[in-house]
Amino acid sequence: MKIPPGVSASDFAAAVKEFEDVVGKEWVFTSDEDVALYRDPYSPFLGEPDELVASAAVAPDGAEQVQAVVRIANKYKIPIYPVSTGKNLGYGGAAPVFSGSVVLDLKRMNRILEVNEESAYALVEPGVSYFDLYRYIQEKGLRLWVDVPDPGWGSPVGNALDRGGGYLMAQYRNHFDSHCGMEVVLANGEIIRTGMGAMPGAKTWQEYKTGFGPWVDGIFSQSNFGVVTKMGFWLMPEPEAYLSGTVYVPRHADLIPLVRILTHLENTRVTNGMPDLGSPLLYIPMIQEIDVWNEGGAPPPPDAELAELMAKSDAGFSPELEAYALRKGISYWSCKLSFYGPPKANEANWEFAKEKFLAIPGAKFVENENYKLPLTPEQREKVHKPQFGIPSLAMFSIGARTATNPNPTNGHMWFSPIIPRTGEAIFEANRVFNEAAKEFGIPALAFSLPSCYWERAFIFIFAFPVTRDVETNKKNRAAFKKLVQRAAEHGWGEYRTAPAYQDTIMSTYAYNNHSLLRFQETLKDAVDPNGILSAGRYGIWPKHLRKEPA
Amino acid sequence: MSKVAIRLAIAAAVLLGARAAAAQEKVTPSWTVATVSGQGQPKGYVEYQKYCVVCHGEGAGRPGTLALQAKYKGALPALLDKRTDLTPALIKMYVRNGITVMPTFRKTEISDAELDAIAVYLTRNNKP
Repeated sequence: MKIPPGVSASDFAAAVKEFEDVVGKEWVFTSDEDVALYRDPYSPFLGEPDELVASAAVAPDGAEQVQAVVRIANKYKIPIYPVSTGKNLGYGGAAPVFSGSVVLDLKRMNRILEVNEESAYALVEPGVSYFDLYRYIQEKGLRLWVDVPDPGWGSPVGNALDRGGGYLMAQYRNHFDSHCGMEVVLANGEIIRTGMGAMPGAKTWQEYKTGFGPWVDGIFSQSNFGVVTKMGFWLMPEPEAYLSGTVYVPRHADLIPLVRILTHLENTRVTNGMPDLGSPLLYIPMIQEIDVWNEGGAPPPPDAELAELMAKSDAGFSPELEAYALRKGISYWSCKLSFYGPPKANEANWEFAKEKFLAIPGAKFVENENYKLPLTPEQREKVHKPQFGIPSLAMFSIGARTATNPNPTNGHMWFSPIIPRTGEAIFEANRVFNEAAKEFGIPALAFSLPSCYWERAFIFIFAFPVTRDVETNKKNRAAFKKLVQRAAEHGWGEYRTAPAYQDTIMSTYAYNNHSLLRFQETLKDAVDPNGILSAGRYGIWPKHLRKEPA
Repeated sequence: MSKVAIRLAIAAAVLLGARAAAAQEKVTPSWTVATVSGQGQPKGYVEYQKYCVVCHGEGAGRPGTLALQAKYKGALPALLDKRTDLTPALIKMYVRNGITVMPTFRKTEISDAELDAIAVYLTRNNKP
């Protein structure tokens, strides 16, 4: 049996016995075989001694059991690491940040406590997956949609606490922002409810977020101050209809007005779904097309002339490349807009959007989908499911073996910087990341486009493959860290990351000698003096493990 | 009848069956339809529907099926439930160890008993 660092074998044996008394012997995992299931399948340390691994796992079946486990962990100073469904792949999986911690596996806490159709909210436990919630809503025939991320096997609680995003109307896409009310077991075992939930018998726990006094929910996301055991979410009432249309613009510089007009249309709620950028010329699919392309639905690859022009271009541009595009009538950029609402309103909003985009000479428009909702089963097969609140795993074709990718990866890790929501920023980021890629010896892309999950900023999501080759993984890890620094030099910070990079990224949020991190450390010492909870998560270490900022 | 129409007809039959059977029968949610009944189905069918078909089922957007199509190029069926050469040990090895982008599944996600049932289902047509 592996022992957590800093814990004696006798203390650990006593703690394991007490864990068993709380959750039952079959829900405490200590054998090598069982504990190996908590490894991060996409770990960039695969096959290296530095891989972050658990010593054991405990799976409670309710908030009271979580309280009891936390108290035992305090008594013996056992580091514990809560996970909800453990499917945060590409951002860490179920493996702890502090190697040797005991994973607190909340998957058994899978109760859907309430779904209220009229008020459009749900209250769930952390082990509930997006699939579970979707099925529940379907079974009951409720006209509600869940904003799901691309991988549907994660949990609303875990994804929101990691601040993930989805596809539906803007007010639901940011999963942390669309939560309402939490129940949290603190590091000392005490239980709290946030927002209106602090009032016994509250009638609006899932309807009014902030309650009275300081709103503390934020400190329980990307952090280690408590174990969230219940969480409310606002759901989207099923709209009457869905319409999508794509804008195509001919020239390289058109990206700047394209983004400017798009952002205005979003901020004025003319378009309310997630926009999606692509480049027909540079062979860049929109996010919603990635799985379709991987399944053999890609357009024909660039001909020899275009491939050569692209290779010679400077971050996706040269006058010759643009001349080719204009000559062949291939658009430089595309942007798909989505509209949820009554059919006539969708059509009117699309018409209005087209009028605005006509300010770009040569802009063309194609109406793609126009569905009355709910979708028919046949339509459901065709669409990008998360766009309709349907969980899926289609996006896992990224890196998987396909007809065009005979050598699958062993997973991936995401480098995800946030940049301003302007065309100029897209160009600048491409210049910077392409130069950096050449300098750090990793493959440069011709050009990359960011995602539009958030209304007020873009997010670039670059996949770094995880391979079975230790040297390649080492090289990629080093390049990842350098890219983080390079991005920070330009004022771009990551929104989320895997444990391997959490310290590195937190160190870039360094304003006033890391005063934000120092404040978080002050909180950590106050609420978790023994430092038992998720040590090191998002760069927040307890006192006894703290290092000086790099 | 087109392939899509056949699939719809099957889905409708499954749904009707599930509704009729709901009162007495063990019913397990499937991925895109409301419920799938185990009635008249072999052991392990419902577990397979619940945990595996989202990646290994038929139709678009199933990366597991896509990967096995690319791997075997028709020499073996891409759909796991059409295979007759899988062994329980192999099935369990992949579920508990993962392969390429398919992750491991913990016992809190798929219990040993559920995995046993899936293995029985996927080996039901093996020749003795």
